[in-house]
Amino acid sequence: MNNAVAAARRGMSDLTIRNVFIIPTITFLIIINIFPLFYSLILSFADFSAVSGDPPEWIGIRNYRELLRDPHVWESLYLTMKYVLISVSGQLVVGFSIALLLNRKIPAKGLVTTLLLLPMMMSMAIVGLFWKLLYSPTWGIINYLLGLGKFVWLSNADMALLAIAITDIWMWSPFVMLLSLAGLSAIPQHLYEAAAIDRASGWFTFSRITLPLVTPLLLIAVIFRTLEAFKTFDLAFIMTGGGPGTATELIAIKLYNMAFPQWQTGKSCALAYILLVMIIGISNIYIKYLNKAKER
Amino acid sequence: MVKKGSVFVFAILFFLTVSGAAIAADSLSIFWAEWDPATYLQELVLDFEKETGIKVTVETTPWGDFQTKTFREFAAKGDSWDIVVGDSQWLGAGATQGHYVDLTDWFIKNGVDKSMAPATIVGYAEYPKGSKKYWAVPLEGDANGWAYRKDYFEDPKEKAAFKKKYGYALAVPKTWAQLKDIAEFFHRPSENRYGVAIYTQKDYDAITMGVQNVVFAWGADLGDPKTYRVNGVLNTPAGIEALEFYKELYQFTPPDWGNVFFQGNNQAITEGLAAMSMNYFAFFPALINPSVNKYAKVTGFFANPSGPGGRYASLGGQGASIISYSKKQALAYKFLEWFIRDDVQKKWASLGGYTCNANVLQSKTFLEDTPYNQAFYETMFMVKDFWAVPEYAELLEICQRNWHQYVVGGKGTAKDAMDGIADGWEKIFKKEGRLK
Repeated sequence: MNNAVAAARRGMSDLTIRNVFIIPTITFLIIINIFPLFYSLILSFADFSAVSGDPPEWIGIRNYRELLRDPHVWESLYLTMKYVLISVSGQLVVGFSIALLLNRKIPAKGLVTTLLLLPMMMSMAIVGLFWKLLYSPTWGIINYLLGLGKFVWLSNADMALLAIAITDIWMWSPFVMLLSLAGLSAIPQHLYEAAAIDRASGWFTFSRITLPLVTPLLLIAVIFRTLEAFKTFDLAFIMTGGGPGTATELIAIKLYNMAFPQWQTGKSCALAYILLVMIIGISNIYIKYLNKAKER
Repeated sequence: MVKKGSVFVFAILFFLTVSGAAIAADSLSIFWAEWDPATYLQELVLDFEKETGIKVTVETTPWGDFQTKTFREFAAKGDSWDIVVGDSQWLGAGATQGHYVDLTDWFIKNGVDKSMAPATIVGYAEYPKGSKKYWAVPLEGDANGWAYRKDYFEDPKEKAAFKKKYGYALAVPKTWAQLKDIAEFFHRPSENRYGVAIYTQKDYDAITMGVQNVVFAWGADLGDPKTYRVNGVLNTPAGIEALEFYKELYQFTPPDWGNVFFQGNNQAITEGLAAMSMNYFAFFPALINPSVNKYAKVTGFFANPSGPGGRYASLGGQGASIISYSKKQALAYKFLEWFIRDDVQKKWASLGGYTCNANVLQSKTFLEDTPYNQAFYETMFMVKDFWAVPEYAELLEICQRNWHQYVVGGKGTAKDAMDGIADGWEKIFKKEGRLK
C-alpha cells in the first residue's frame, strides 16, 4: 500500500510514459505523416494515377521536368506570388495600423478588439461565399458604397485576384493586429518618456522605438501569413473557381485540379514537392531576418 | 451479478450485430449527385422495397464534389455504394479501369438495348462507342434546353418593337442567330433585365457543355472519334466562329455572369433577371413550381435552335452502373431488372425522372405531362456528348481553361483558344496511344 502511494506520488515512470504516450504518438505520426511523405516522394518519380488500377511506373525525374517546363505552372506560381505580395502587405499595413490605434487609450477597447477579431474566426468557405455576394454588381454593397454602379469584380480578369486578396486582407488583418498589439504593449513605457524628454518627434519615436521593437513579432506574423497565403485554396476556389480563364488559378488550385479531378497522382505529388521546397526556402529567408531583428 | 450483467450485454451486442448484418445484407446503396432527380429516385425505390423487402438508399453529394468523391472511392476500391449513377463521360474510365461491372450479356438478355432510346444507349451505356459493350443502364436522360419568359415574348408592345428593329416576328428562336437577336433586344441593364443566361462556370464541365451546343450546331466537332485527330475538326473556321458567337452571347448575360452553372441559370429565371436561360432539362421542374419560381406561370421552354451546321444539344444525364467492388452485385442486378420494367419506367417519368425508355418517351401521357417534356423529347434526337475516354478529365481541364479564358477572361482570340485545345488534346491522345 505504501509502495503504491509512493509510486503515485512519484508520478508515472519513464517506461509508462514511453509506452502510453510516446510510442503511440510516434506510431501515429509515422502512419499519418512520415509514411505519406515518403510514399508521395516515391510516387512523384512515377507515372501513376490512383484510379487507373495500374501500378506506379518509375519514370525518374520526368514529372519534375514536365512541370518545370509547363508555362501554366509558372503562370500559377507567378499569380500566387503576386497574390501573396498584395495580401500579406495589405494585412501588414491594415493590421499594424489598427494595432497602433488600439494601443492608445480608447473607450471600450476590449470590446472593439474582440469585434475586430471576428473575421479570422469565421470559416474560409463562408467568408468566400459571403464576399461573393458583397461583390455582386447587382445587389452587392461594395459597388453601392464605392459608387461603382455595376462594376464587375469576380468575372473581370484584371480585378478578380485583387478582389480575393482584399477578402483575405479583411479576414486576416486581425491576426497581424493581434500580434502587433502584443508587441506594442511589451515596449517599455520609459523609452517613450525618455524620447519625450528629449523632445523627439512622433516619426522619430515611431521609427526608432516602436518599429524596431515590434519588428520581431511583425516578422512572425509575416511568416505565418505568407505560408498561409501561399497555399490559399478555399477562398479563390469558392469565389472564382480559378477563373476567369486562369486569372486566379493559384498554385494550390492547380495542384488540386491535377490531383483530384484529373487524377494525375504522380505528377501532382511532384508539384507538391516543388511547392514544399519553395515554402521551406521562403521560410528560411524570413527566419534569417527574424534572427537578425532579434539580435538588434 | 457481474456475470449476469456481462451475459446481458453480450446478448444485446450479439443481437445488434446479427440484426445489423441482416439489414445490411438486404439493402442496397445508390450513389448520385444531390439534385431533384435523386429525390425522385428515392421515392421510386420505395416501391422496390415494398415488392422485394430490399431497402434501397439513394446517397447524394453536391454536384461540385460528385466526381471527386466517386473516383476517390473507386481509387480505394471501396464498397460504400453498390450502384453509381455516373456521368456519361465517366464510362471510359469506369470500364477500362475496372470500376464498373460489364453488363453486356445482362443488357442484351433483358432487351435493354431495344427498350431504351438509341441515343441514350450510346450516351450512357456503351463504351467504346459502337462496340456494343454496355456498362450502365440509362437512368436519367438529360440534355441542354432553354427556359424563357413567355410574358416578354407575348407582350404586344415588345413584339411590335422587335419586329420594327429586326424585321421578323418575335417568337421562340428557330436559329441561334435569332436567339442572339432576342438576347440583344431584351438586354436592358438599366431595368435590371438581361438578355440571356448561359453556362460560364470554370469548374468541371460547365462552360464546355454550353460551348459544345454551338460548336456542334456550326458543323464543327470535338474531334474524329475513330482517329482521335482534333486539329482540323475542332479548330475549323466554323468552330472558331461558333466560339466567337458564344462570346457574343456572353455580353448579354447579367453582370458578373462569369462563373455560373445550372443553379445560377435557374436563378436567372426565378429572380426575373434574364429573358432566356440555358439549362439541363432536369433542372426545369423547379421552374414550374410557383413556390420556387414566382414567374412559373409565364415561363416557357424550348429546345436548342439550329445553327449553320445543324441542330444539336449537349448531352447531360447519367446511367446506373454496378460497382465492381460491391459485395451485393446480385441484389444490384435484381434492382436494375426491376428498374427497366415498363411500369416502373412509367412511374419514374411520372415522378419527374427523365426516363430513357423509348415507349414511355413517345407516349402522349409523357409528352403532355409537363410544359418542357415535348422540348425534351425533341432534344433527345439531337444530342451529342463530350469524349467518354478514360482521360476525359484531362481533356476537360484544357477546354474549360481555354474557353473560359476567351469567353469570360476576354484574353486572346477564338482561334488561339481552339488551336490551344486541339494541340492539348492531341498531345494527350498521343500519350495514351490513341492518335498515331
